[in-house]
Amino acid sequence: MDFDLTNEQEMIRREVRKFAEKEIAPLALELDEKEEFSPELTRKMGEIGLFGMFVSEQYEGQGMDYLSYIIAVEEIARVDGSQAATIAAGNSLGIGPLYYFGTEAQKKRYLPKLCRGEALWGFGLTEPTAGSDAGGSKTTAVKDGNDWVINGSKIFITNAATEMTLGVTVQAITGKRPNGKPEYTCFIVESGTPGFKAVPMHQKMMWRSSNTAELYFDDVRVPQENVLGNQGDGFHQMLKTLDGGRLSIGAMGLGGAQGAYELALKYAKKREQFGQPISKFQAIAFKLADCAMEIECGRNLLYKACWLRNEKRPFEKEAAMAKLYCSELMGRVANHAVQIHGGYGLMKEYNVERFYRDQKLLDIGEGTSEVQRLVISRYIGC
Amino acid sequence: MEILVCVKRVPDTSENEISVAGDGKDIQRDDLVYSVNEWDNYAVEEAIQIVDRAGGNVTVVTVGGDDSEEILRREMAMGANNGILLKDDAFEGSDGKGIATILKAVAQKSKYDLILTGAQADAGAAQVGGMLAAMMDLPYASLVNKIEIIDDKKLKIGREIEGGNQEMNEINLPCVLSIQTGINEPRYVGIRGIRKVASVEIPTYGAGDLGLAASAVGVAGAKVKKIDYFVPVLGDGAEMLEGSNEEIIAKLIELLKAKGGLK
Ligand SMILES: Cc1cc2nc3c(=O)[nH]c(=O)nc-3n(C[C@H](O)[C@H](O)[C@H](O)COP(=O)(O)OP(=O)(O)OC[C@H]3O[C@@H](n4cnc5c(N)ncnc54)[C@H](O)[C@@H]3O)c2cc1C
Ligand SMILES: Cc1cc2nc3c(=O)[nH]c(=O)nc-3n(C[C@H](O)[C@H](O)[C@H](O)COP(=O)(O)OP(=O)(O)OC[C@H]3O[C@@H](n4cnc5c(N)ncnc54)[C@H](O)[C@@H]3O)c2cc1C
Repeated sequence: MDFDLTNEQEMIRREVRKFAEKEIAPLALELDEKEEFSPELTRKMGEIGLFGMFVSEQYEGQGMDYLSYIIAVEEIARVDGSQAATIAAGNSLGIGPLYYFGTEAQKKRYLPKLCRGEALWGFGLTEPTAGSDAGGSKTTAVKDGNDWVINGSKIFITNAATEMTLGVTVQAITGKRPNGKPEYTCFIVESGTPGFKAVPMHQKMMWRSSNTAELYFDDVRVPQENVLGNQGDGFHQMLKTLDGGRLSIGAMGLGGAQGAYELALKYAKKREQFGQPISKFQAIAFKLADCAMEIECGRNLLYKACWLRNEKRPFEKEAAMAKLYCSELMGRVANHAVQIHGGYGLMKEYNVERFYRDQKLLDIGEGTSEVQRLVISRYIGC
Repeated sequence: MEILVCVKRVPDTSENEISVAGDGKDIQRDDLVYSVNEWDNYAVEEAIQIVDRAGGNVTVVTVGGDDSEEILRREMAMGANNGILLKDDAFEGSDGKGIATILKAVAQKSKYDLILTGAQADAGAAQVGGMLAAMMDLPYASLVNKIEIIDDKKLKIGREIEGGNQEMNEINLPCVLSIQTGINEPRYVGIRGIRKVASVEIPTYGAGDLGLAASAVGVAGAKVKKIDYFVPVLGDGAEMLEGSNEEIIAKLIELLKAKGGLK
C-alpha cells in the first residue's frame, strides 16, 4: 500500500491552493452576495489549466490522472464552493461526456476551447418532472430527414446560461426499446440554435456565484452529426457521467470540510472566553478532533475511489460512498465551524456562514443522499 | 541571455504562524509549510520575461537539502529551463558568506550573462547578492525594481531608493542584481507546467563537485553565528487592538481623536 501522492499531485495541491487564496478568496464573499457568476475568474481558472485536466493533450487538455483533478477541485472548494462548482461541473458534466462519448469531429470542434477555459458547456439531464427518477423525463427528439427536432425543457443546469457558454449536451427520448422502455439519446445543442433558450435561475441559497439555468427547447433542429456518440446510448452515457461526477462532488465536500475546519481551528485558537482560548475547552477541542478525524476518513475514501478509477477497476460503489460521506462530512464540519464561531459564525464576514449554506447542495445534486444510499444498498445486495 | 537565478526554500509566512523554538536558536519548524522565497519568485519571473524577449535560458539554483528540490521544480514549472540543487552535509549552517561561496562555485561552472538573487530571504540579512558579486568581481545593484535590455553588453536598471524615490542606472553585463518585490507580477504555475517538470532529473552537486573545501563553507566556514532568537517584550507605547474589524476601526478612530491625530 502506498499513501504518498506523486510529486505532480503535491505540486498541484500547493499551486491550486495558492491560486485559490490569492484570486478567489478576496472575491468569494462579494460574488456570493451579489449572486454573480464571474467570467473573468472562470477564464483565470482556465489559464492555469483547471479545465480538461483529465483530457489528453491532443485536445488541449492537461493529460493528468483523475486524482490530480479531484485534488484541484478539493483545493478550490476549500476556499469557495461556487467556483468549485464551475470547475467540477465544467469538467465532469461539460467536458467529460464530450470527451468520453463524442465522435472525433465533436471532440475536435469543442474540446480545445473548453479545455482552455475560454468557454463552458452544460449537461442537461434533470427536468421538472424528472429529478432522481430520470424515467420521468419528457424531452423528446424526433428524426426529420437528416435532422432531429428537440422539444421539452431542463432545469437546474450548471454553467448553461453564461456569456461563455458554447452549448449543452441534452438527453432526450428518441423512441422505444424492444423491452418497452424509452430509448434515450444525448444531443449537442450549441448556444444560439433557433428555438433553444437558456435562462439563468436566481435566488439560490447556495452556489450563488455558480451559474444555474433552465433550458427550453421549442422545435430545436439539430443535424444528425449532433448526436453524442450513438443513438440509444444516452442512458448509459448519463450513468457513466454521474459515476465520475460523484467523485467531483465528493471532492467539493472534502475541500469544503477542510476549509471550514481550518477557519474554525484558527478562530478557536485566537478567541478567548473565560480567560483562555476556546480551543482549550474540551467541548470545542473534541469537535475539532472529530472534524480532523472525519476529514481524514473522507479523504482516504475519496482517494481510494479515484485510485480504483485510475486502475480501471470497478469504482461505482466507492464513488457513491465517497459522494455521500464527503457531502455529509462537510455538513457536520460546517455546522461545528459555525458553532465554534458563536454569534460571529452567523455573520457573512466570517465566511463559515457561506460554507454552511454551500454544503446543502451536496446532499442533493448529482444524486441525492437518499439515492446514494439506494445505490450502495443495491451494490451490497439489499 | 543565460540567466542564473538563486532561490531559497523558506517557511511560507502566509501559511504559517511563526514562533520561536524552545531553545531560542531558531523558529519552531515542526509542521511548517514551505515555499519559494517571495523575492526569489519575482527574480525568476523577471528572468523568464527577459528570456521571452531576448532569448536564452533561465537556470534556477538553490543550496539546500532534498526538500529544496520541490522549489526548483516549481520554478521550472513556472518557466525556468534548468534547475541545479547544491546539496552537501558540509553546506549546513553556512552564513551569508558561505552561501555566496557555494553559489560562486556553481556560477563559474558555466557562463552566465546575468545573475539574479532576491533582495532578501527569510533571515532578512540581504547579503548573498552583494557578496556573490564581490567574490566574482562583477558589478552589482541591489533592490532592483526595473530592468530594460539596452544591448548584449548593458542593461538599464531601476532601483528603489529612500522615500519611494526612483533611480535609474546603466550597468555592464555580466552583473549580479538583487531583485525587489513588485518588479513584475509573477505568473501562476499552471497544471501543464507542473506536468512537464514532474519527472525531470535535477542535477545535484556537492562540495567535491564544486571544488570547495568543506572548511570554507557550512558551520566550519561561518564567521557569523546566530546566538539568540526572541520576540521583543511589548513596550509601554504599544497596544494591540482586538475585536471585529468594525470594533478595531472604532477604537482606532477614538484613539486618534484622543491623541489629536484626528480633528
Ligand atoms: C444548483 C444545482 C445545480 C444542478 N446542476 C445540474 C446539472 O448541471 N445538470 C443536471 O442534469 N442536473 C443538475 N441539477 C439537478 C439535480 O441533479 C437534481 O436536483 C437532483 O437530482 C434531485 O432531483 P430533484 O431536485 O428533482 O428532487 P427529487 O428527485 O424530486 O427528490 C426530492 C426528494 O425525494 C427523495 N427521493 C426521490 N426518489 C426517491 C427514492 N426512490 N427513494 C427515496 N427517496 C427518494 C430525494 O432524495 C429528495 O430528498 C442541479 C441542481 C441544483 C440545485
Ligand atoms: C442575531 C443575534 C442576536 C443577538 N441578540 C443579542 C441581544 O439582544 N443581546 C445580547 O446581549 N446579545 C445578543 N446576541 C449575542 C449572543 O448572545 C452571543 O452571540 C452568544 O452569547 C455567544 O457569544 P459569542 O458569539 O461571543 O460566542 P463565544 O462566547 O465566543 O463562543 C464561541 C464558541 O465557544 C464556546 N464556548 C465559550 N465558552 C465555553 C466554555 N466555557 N466551555 C465550552 N465552550 C465554550 C461557545 O459555546 C461557542 O461554541 C445576539 C447574537 C446574534 C447572532
